[in-house]
Amino acid sequence: MKKEILSSIENIEIYPIISLLIFVIFFVGMFIWVIKVDKKYVDHMKEMPFNDEPQNPEGNEKV
Amino acid sequence: MPGTTLEQFSYDNKIVKYFGVATIAWGLIGMLVGVLAATQLFLPEANLGNPYTTFGRIRPLHTNAVIFAFVGNAIFAGIYYSMPRLLKTPMWNKALSWFHFWGWQLIIILAVITLPLGFTSSKEYAELEWPIDILIAIVWVAFGVNMIGALIKRREKHMYVAIWFYLASFVTVAVLHIFNSLALPVSFFKSYSAYAGVQDALVQWWYGHNAVAFFLTTPFLGLMYYYLPKAANRPVYSYKLSIVHFWSLIFLYIWAGPHHLLYTALPEWAQVLGTVFSIMLLAPSWGGMVNGLLTLRGAWDKVRVDPVLKFMVVAVTAYGMSTFEGPLLSLKNVNAIAHYTDWIVAHVHIGGLGWNGFFTFAMLYWLWPKMWKTTLYSTKLATTHFWMGTMGILFYALPMYVAALTQSLMWKEFTEAGRLAYPNFLETVIQIKPMYMLRAFGGLLYLSGAFLLVYNMVKTAKQGSFMAEEQDEAPALKPHVDEPGEFWHKAWERKPIFFTILATIAILIGGVIEIVPTILVKSNVPTISSVMPYTPLELQGRDLYISHGCVGCHSQMIRPFRSETERYGEYSKAGEFVYDRPFLWGSKRTGPDLHREGGKYPDSWHYYHMVDPTSMSPGSLMPPYPWLSTNIMDHDDVPAKIRTLQKLGVPYPEGYDAQANADLTIQANKIAANLKTAGVEVMPESEMVALIAYLQRLGTDIKKTTASNP
Repeated sequence: MKKEILSSIENIEIYPIISLLIFVIFFVGMFIWVIKVDKKYVDHMKEMPFNDEPQNPEGNEKV
Repeated sequence: MPGTTLEQFSYDNKIVKYFGVATIAWGLIGMLVGVLAATQLFLPEANLGNPYTTFGRIRPLHTNAVIFAFVGNAIFAGIYYSMPRLLKTPMWNKALSWFHFWGWQLIIILAVITLPLGFTSSKEYAELEWPIDILIAIVWVAFGVNMIGALIKRREKHMYVAIWFYLASFVTVAVLHIFNSLALPVSFFKSYSAYAGVQDALVQWWYGHNAVAFFLTTPFLGLMYYYLPKAANRPVYSYKLSIVHFWSLIFLYIWAGPHHLLYTALPEWAQVLGTVFSIMLLAPSWGGMVNGLLTLRGAWDKVRVDPVLKFMVVAVTAYGMSTFEGPLLSLKNVNAIAHYTDWIVAHVHIGGLGWNGFFTFAMLYWLWPKMWKTTLYSTKLATTHFWMGTMGILFYALPMYVAALTQSLMWKEFTEAGRLAYPNFLETVIQIKPMYMLRAFGGLLYLSGAFLLVYNMVKTAKQGSFMAEEQDEAPALKPHVDEPGEFWHKAWERKPIFFTILATIAILIGGVIEIVPTILVKSNVPTISSVMPYTPLELQGRDLYISHGCVGCHSQMIRPFRSETERYGEYSKAGEFVYDRPFLWGSKRTGPDLHREGGKYPDSWHYYHMVDPTSMSPGSLMPPYPWLSTNIMDHDDVPAKIRTLQKLGVPYPEGYDAQANADLTIQANKIAANLKTAGVEVMPESEMVALIAYLQRLGTDIKKTTASNP
């Protein structure tokens, strides 16, 4: 039953095109975000693993 | 912070300790079973003379123990330590944490019991039968709820990239596990796959590949992004790269499954998709590796002295090596040589021993002194462990590469007269026997190193004092106020549930596009009119074949190469597998392909070969199965099996379940009589008769008429 329904959908070839578009748009969006992202935010995120040790004796080497 | 009150809370170290101990305990058992399996490949007597410890059954025991027990517990230990600290809150519910812990150990124990007993679905890395599958789903969801609950209660606004990897792993494994395990139960211990033949193969390798991706890779990448900076005491090289790494990896990974089925009867378009996405995966994988290694820039002096960093460097390098090798193996021309050989075994062990094993060791060496508030008992011992492990990996992998190339080239070699140069499969196996010995030595070395870890950890714990709860404080999370100009990603990533849904969509796109058409569009599986359902006796024989794990060494998929059609016969066609639930194509040929085994030898040959393989094939490495001729097979469940298969659409005539056992007896008596004329006395009710019935049926249907593959 389902098989007939799927094979009978008209313009089924549009689906691969839609998925390609989703794919391309997503990656373009991601790269734009990565280029434009706020430096302060990135620094904050980078430091996160070290925030659980308030009294880190050596201190973490900021590079 | 002036003007804000700090909230007090504590991190639960006890659960981390338990998961850590479970990691090591199961790790040792899993590796020990691995060494036993490796030994059986050059010394069949090492099967200890019973079905429970024979290769076909302990191979899945080894893979399950190492993947789900060793690596699984390591993931949980790593997450239960890092996630609360990154979110500034304990895990959501302690009782749930313990339910997760004991539930997972129970699943492992059930696997340790059922797999040697032969209760298996035979689908690689998803062998456990349906009641255990349901338990896995429940425990896994408990783990997910615990994580998402912690996210909702967090005191840190943003989610560090490690947590993205944890979340994506959780949702993807849930989706994969549920869809791949769909089956219709016959009884408490037996079920038939909801998919058949080609479709079952596609779903299985969509699962199998992504089990590697989302159980062995993404959770560990999350752990890498937390523990590597911690151990090196410097932040990750590029946070931006880690974001690109995350999204590209989860977007691409899910598509690559069909590369396990190149040159098989899988539709061509699905094979092409698998290859293309596998090649693309190289970019994010290497991006991740580079990000990990460059985190150590300027700290390489520490690598010289710190065993934790030594383990991590080799782990990340091994990740890079196996993710380079993966796309390489997905190229059709490389795959033509490497598939079914020990190359794949080497490849997974670079990943397993190098990436997962070494990273786990590094994490444990780092966690133990932290949680016991002390220093590592012996750096020297840890360094010795490191070198034993590294040598172990080399002794394991290098002989496997040599074995793979040697054997593959022997399979494909033709004489000047146009005949196979090595028509006897066994010749190609005996040739690589020394390599199998070296491999077992490598495994043993690696295992011995792990014992040093145990000693070192026990001593470390003894010299320190365990801190079950670790106090911390942080301001409560303020309700969010929208800032103008905020980018979408930052906003999404603040909303964990929305983020989880987004990650799910990313992985679902690939799965849906690949799998749904293959299952729904009729033209993908051309039917062959002469292919008929198995007779009741053959079905029983097939279930025995499944239960003994024969698929671990024998493929049933002849690829369309001259070297294969010469050796085995006509290549396999998609339409031949429509009644195969589950599919039994296999992924490794330690013995020859069996798809055209039917009618090749007389029944008595199979009898003697099963009782003592060396009597028919001198030098054979196949373990003997003498119990098949004395074990009486209970056929009471045949009617239930027939009814289950009818529900799945296998066209047995209506009411056939009532007649099935009568037909079975007729066929069994015929085979027993046939054996008697050859001088073999065997009961018609014996397992041997059922297995012979199945083997003699294999691949014979298309010989009844001419078949074509469109």
